Amino acid sequence: MQIVTALFFYLFASITVAAGFMVIASRNPVHSVLFLILAFVNSAGLFILLGAEFLAMILIVVYVGAVAVLFLFVVMMLDVDFAELRAGFLRYLPVGALIGVILLIELVLVVGSWTITADVSARATAPVPPLANVTNTEALGRILYTKYVYFFEAAGMILLVAMIGAIVLTLHHKEGVKRQSIPRQVGRRREDGVEIKQVETGKGI
Amino acid sequence: MEIGLSHYLTVAAILFTLGVFGIFLNRKNVIVILMSIELMLLAVNINMVAFSVHLGDMVGQVFALLILTVAAAEAAIGLAIVVVYYRNRGSIAVEDINLMKG
Repeated sequence: MQIVTALFFYLFASITVAAGFMVIASRNPVHSVLFLILAFVNSAGLFILLGAEFLAMILIVVYVGAVAVLFLFVVMMLDVDFAELRAGFLRYLPVGALIGVILLIELVLVVGSWTITADVSARATAPVPPLANVTNTEALGRILYTKYVYFFEAAGMILLVAMIGAIVLTLHHKEGVKRQSIPRQVGRRREDGVEIKQVETGKGI
Repeated sequence: MEIGLSHYLTVAAILFTLGVFGIFLNRKNVIVILMSIELMLLAVNINMVAFSVHLGDMVGQVFALLILTVAAAEAAIGLAIVVVYYRNRGSIAVEDINLMKG
């Protein structure tokens, strides 16, 4: 059982890292978005291995279903010469590689030299209930809707603000298109629309 | 063959580094920069969930959920700004975005 877990971990981890590399290295932005989707799906597999099923499903629904498709729409709708944007790709390679290697060494040093105290699970703010009693989703829901309900509401507000912001930014009215204006329709009086002409008998207007 | 906390942290570190590297590599293309930021947020989320599971504390997963929300909102707003900028200027090259003289 353990060897299967290890095998799946290395499968998901290597595909995630390879897809992440292809996101930044591929020539075509559409391929970048598709590799981003691959990275997200494989990290959802990592989450499932960790036992966080709810977040794995949310990752697929939100990231793959919404964010990545949004990226795909924008990449395909903008008529940009992406080859021109890639000019100077190699010029920034050395400094980027240098900073990346330094950052990676620092992170590995932190990870490698760190130990966790033995009694840390006794100090947990919201201990994970045993898996036999409740599933991960239920455990998350139990504390998300009670203890952390304000954070949950704040997340909802952030999404609302983002939605309104995106609509306000991208909505634009085209000039010269006839539109229905309800205030003008309601405020219309008889004098605006009807004109009475006194026509003399026997003559036209 | 025991898969422990440090394995997940290493994957997250590599992914985060790739995100930073991507920003340097594609510094003209806003869309790839946004994708690199998504990669970095994904790495942070893997860290959060790995610590949450290995320390036996559910709060890490709650926080990961909030990070996911913020990442989605950031992508939506960022892409909306890119679309509006392209509509107004006809270009999304990062050097051309100098309206505020930054």
